[in-house]
Amino acid sequence: MKTDELLTGLRNRDPRAIGRIISQVENNGPQCRAILAALDPAAMDSTLVLGITGPPGAGKSTLTGCLIRHLRGQGSRLGIIAVDPSSPISGGALLGDRIRIMDHALDPDVIVRSMASRGRLGGLCATAGAVVRVLAAAGCEVILIETVGVGQSEMDIVRLADLTLMVMAPGFGDDIQAMKAGLLEVTDLLVANKGDQPGSEALCLEMSAAFRDRSRADGIERVIQTVAAQNKGTSTLMNQINTLNARHLEIGIRATRRQQSQEIETLDWCLELLRPQLLAAIRGHEQPLDPRLRAEQLITDRDHDRQQQPQ
Amino acid sequence: MSTTTPHRVLIAKPGLDGHDRGAKFIARALRDHGFEVIYTGIRRSPEEIAAAAIQEDVAAIGLSSLSGAHLRLFPAVLTALKNQGAGDIPVLGGGVIPDEDIKTLLAAGLHAIFTPGTPAATIIEAFRAACQTGSHSDSDD
Repeated sequence: MKTDELLTGLRNRDPRAIGRIISQVENNGPQCRAILAALDPAAMDSTLVLGITGPPGAGKSTLTGCLIRHLRGQGSRLGIIAVDPSSPISGGALLGDRIRIMDHALDPDVIVRSMASRGRLGGLCATAGAVVRVLAAAGCEVILIETVGVGQSEMDIVRLADLTLMVMAPGFGDDIQAMKAGLLEVTDLLVANKGDQPGSEALCLEMSAAFRDRSRADGIERVIQTVAAQNKGTSTLMNQINTLNARHLEIGIRATRRQQSQEIETLDWCLELLRPQLLAAIRGHEQPLDPRLRAEQLITDRDHDRQQQPQ
Repeated sequence: MSTTTPHRVLIAKPGLDGHDRGAKFIARALRDHGFEVIYTGIRRSPEEIAAAAIQEDVAAIGLSSLSGAHLRLFPAVLTALKNQGAGDIPVLGGGVIPDEDIKTLLAAGLHAIFTPGTPAATIIEAFRAACQTGSHSDSDD
């Protein structure tokens, strides 16, 4: 399909065109630049971007399924980005998040896209931000992003989403302790999933302690117990999401976050675009020099070379 | 920027058959050969499979059936794809399929059919070839 056909299809919410456009953006295809340039930034104004993160097996996909059901009940058009890891050996990936959200496969207002992390280590893929903007242009009012199963420091989602939910479950033991310093400090809400299992109350108590200062400041409870497999606790969770989102809009946190998100994404792309040239320069000279010092030298040489060249 | 873009394929099980060992074996083999494989799980309708393939914009679809319903279900997926404007996505099939049915399925528009005992390498090559023949090949840079 031609670029203008694709963009018309996007405006008309044609699933094939939306799928094709996401592929162009994900693969940096020949139509990618024209597509990105044509997206209306104002489409993001009425969109809520929700991040769902947590360790593998905590129930992220099942919870995503609950949120989809709830939000569709309210009539919102939804986009879902589900990221799973790429194999560091083959580069392939098994993207299995759809299995738990197939109930909505025939709903034209639920657009699901499975994405492989393609070597990125922050819990998302490099093109997730662009795909969010495509989904917003396709009329999605709420965009859910499910990260790969994470550990302590995969912060990409916190930068990209308006609100990030951390999904945890009892029985992760020492992982919980470890997570206290790191991702947990910057997530907005904690979902204590598998609330019917032993240890859930203890998990809630422990997590409430971690969120105490923030909750005392504005009176918004940030730890929510759910049993996603039985669709329990979803309404309460959605209420807290809406309350917190309204608060963030009111006091300007959302605008600040989006601004920072744009800046970080731009920086990421700068580094990505410089990578091939830098790699070529690094491979060109094999001097016995400490890598950090070598990097400083390369940057200095680069600046020097540019000053030598007239415009 | 990226030198090669992985092929995206969808592996699905249409109908009521819950035996997914074959589907998972193929999904894993494709993953190990650099494919991005979307697996939609057991007991899906042809319409659901077609809708998922379109949203995911896959270059090819692999169907698995071990229940004997392949003559009805495989062509039904082709019809669902055509109805949703995606008749160009190649569909490969595999499972316990008698020789006489293979001709019928190929005549109905299936790209290839594999039966038990086919080496994984043969199947992977067939997926690779299918991904390169579909409409995806012209959009790759």
